[in-house]
Amino acid sequence: MTRHIVVGLGLLLAASVTSAGSAWAGGGEVWVSNEKDDTVSVIDVDTLEVTRTIEVGERPRGITFSNDHSILYLCASDSDAVQVIDPDSGKILHNLPSGEDPEQFILHPDNRHLYIANEDDAITTVVDVETRKVISQIDVGVEPEGMAVSPDGKIVITTSETTNMAHWIDTVSQKIFANTLVDQRPRHAEFTGDGKELWVSTEIGGTISVFDVASRAEKAKIRFEITGIHPDRIQPVGFKMTDDERYVFVALGPANQVAVVDRETYQPIDYIQVGRRAWHMAFTGDQKLLFVTNGVSGDVTVIDVESQKPVKTIKVGRFPWGATWRPGK
Amino acid sequence: MNKLCGRALPRVLFVLFTAAISVFCGTKSHAQTADIHVTIGYLERIVPPPPVLSNLDPVPEDEGIQGARLGVADNATTGKFLGQKFELVEASAESDDAFLAAGAGLLGQTPFLIVDAPAELLLALSRLPEAEHAILFNISAADTSLRSESCSANILHTIPSRAMLADALSQFAVKKRWTRWAIISGDRPSDQLFAEALRNSAMKFRLELVGEKTWKFDADMRRSAGSEVPLFTQDFPDHDLLVVADEANDFGRYVPYNTWLPRPVGGSEGITPSGWSASVEEFGAAQLQSRFREMASRGMRAVDYVGWLAARAIGEAVTRTGNADAGALRDYLLSDEFQLAGFKGRPLTFRKWNGQMRQPIPLTHPHAVVLQAPVEGFLHRRNELDTLGLDYRESGCSAFGYRE
Repeated sequence: MTRHIVVGLGLLLAASVTSAGSAWAGGGEVWVSNEKDDTVSVIDVDTLEVTRTIEVGERPRGITFSNDHSILYLCASDSDAVQVIDPDSGKILHNLPSGEDPEQFILHPDNRHLYIANEDDAITTVVDVETRKVISQIDVGVEPEGMAVSPDGKIVITTSETTNMAHWIDTVSQKIFANTLVDQRPRHAEFTGDGKELWVSTEIGGTISVFDVASRAEKAKIRFEITGIHPDRIQPVGFKMTDDERYVFVALGPANQVAVVDRETYQPIDYIQVGRRAWHMAFTGDQKLLFVTNGVSGDVTVIDVESQKPVKTIKVGRFPWGATWRPGK
Repeated sequence: MNKLCGRALPRVLFVLFTAAISVFCGTKSHAQTADIHVTIGYLERIVPPPPVLSNLDPVPEDEGIQGARLGVADNATTGKFLGQKFELVEASAESDDAFLAAGAGLLGQTPFLIVDAPAELLLALSRLPEAEHAILFNISAADTSLRSESCSANILHTIPSRAMLADALSQFAVKKRWTRWAIISGDRPSDQLFAEALRNSAMKFRLELVGEKTWKFDADMRRSAGSEVPLFTQDFPDHDLLVVADEANDFGRYVPYNTWLPRPVGGSEGITPSGWSASVEEFGAAQLQSRFREMASRGMRAVDYVGWLAARAIGEAVTRTGNADAGALRDYLLSDEFQLAGFKGRPLTFRKWNGQMRQPIPLTHPHAVVLQAPVEGFLHRRNELDTLGLDYRESGCSAFGYRE
């Protein structure tokens, strides 16, 4: 019964979002990789409906657009390839060599180099998307996953889940120049917009470490606490920062919550209820809406960033993993 | 690193297995100390598996050691970024005397020993003068007594006790409301210990034991299970779950579908609690499974997993403390600082009162995980994982000097 009321409320809120229209939703599409359906769901931001479901390679996870949003890159982990997809037609154009079991990747600001974490091989592979060739493979720790690039493009980070480190890679020499330990099972990394801080989430540690990029010293460690939820179930995974430098939204996995962290105080200030096993997320271009993938419940929670409230739950495929946004035409 | 471990290495006395380490990384982490070289010993008492009725599913000879090898390889991969080297030295013995001699030899090289041996031999090893300041990691003796009155301060247990396994099954049964149990146990001592753990657990979780029988048949069940199991189970009072205690997987496989009443089977057969099974895949476990399979050319078994845990616990402690001193590492392992990610969705830690590693217990059948204990709703003021096995007040262990 409760469930019906919640769904009903969600629909009401959704209706208000829809009626508000693209004026504040920013339009465009959110693309979601469904890890256990071998598909990508395309959500129309104006209607908050799934408009297309595209068949892709096996076990799709990492997902990102080229800088001009004309090309979609997708890690098809069990196909051992990065797939290059035309987002208009939904057609797979070609595969890029990726090394084995690509899980996550990051596109360099030069729009040309993909840095790919090869989870099974403890390697970060660098691919030139124009020549479609591997230009470097860098040994990293066991089970690399999180990938980040500094805004100036000079540093790429790979985090390794079992080694529990952030590996700092110089993008000129393609070599590791530093390693920093973090808590158990790092999952995701992001630089701040000014490039001065690196944030790394650790799933089993339950923390986010904030590093000063210049000194590579840890300057803050963020912990989360939710009444009624055992600390072991609070597992930070994906997170995104707002451009106004005020907030960081953090998916907390099986806690089924997204935390809102104050960038200034490094303290969580709010928690937002989402679906089961919140994993990764994407903002719309205007950062008014945030789309959070919920792996176990097979849906996406849409959060209104201003009010920090969930406004709709959208059913997608099985085990939605990553999400990324592109503007409308 | 995985590939350096190669395919199943030949098993001979005193195989020296070195986790080859290539230090390629130009700059070490600024946070880390000078180079450290850690030797981990692996000691096995070779015990031929007891004869069983079926030829299916033989126990691999390299059970346990392959997990330790993968753990040391993982440590070495991490260590190469920090100037820390890890090496595994293996020894095995076919008699108790040779085992203790080999143990004394290994303890001359390292205070860190991963031990695959029966309980009484593990205790004999722990009492050697050479073991006084050592840390022995128990990866094969599930005896609950080792976590209670027979505990030893220099033994940490990564293998779950029988009490933990039984409690996991009980929690599952409570959730399903399969609260009336009938138990069939084998007549081997280990089966009787498991049956005892099941009885104790049933009492702890207020389940009802409606009947218990010991399996003493020696006929070849592959030909006659269909006719014997119905008769054997016919006189049990009505029950919800038929629980089998048969650790060698001897007769249990012939029980399902042959029972007098149509009832689910659990324990050593059917829905099975264990530290690990090849059907575990959640929480990133699929990655550990595939890395193990690539190295060992077979699925990861429970003893392999706890061997991996033991090696990783040492590696994690060395990496975090930058120290390879046994006393310092023991303090760290038993502290609130230590936690290990073990692909079961929660941080793994050691119980301060008896050295048992806390861990979730998957309940599986051969093709899937049914549920993972602790089952939702079983709460504990300290840690929900302490609803499994001997809690502080249930344990008769005082050797660790811990008081609440």
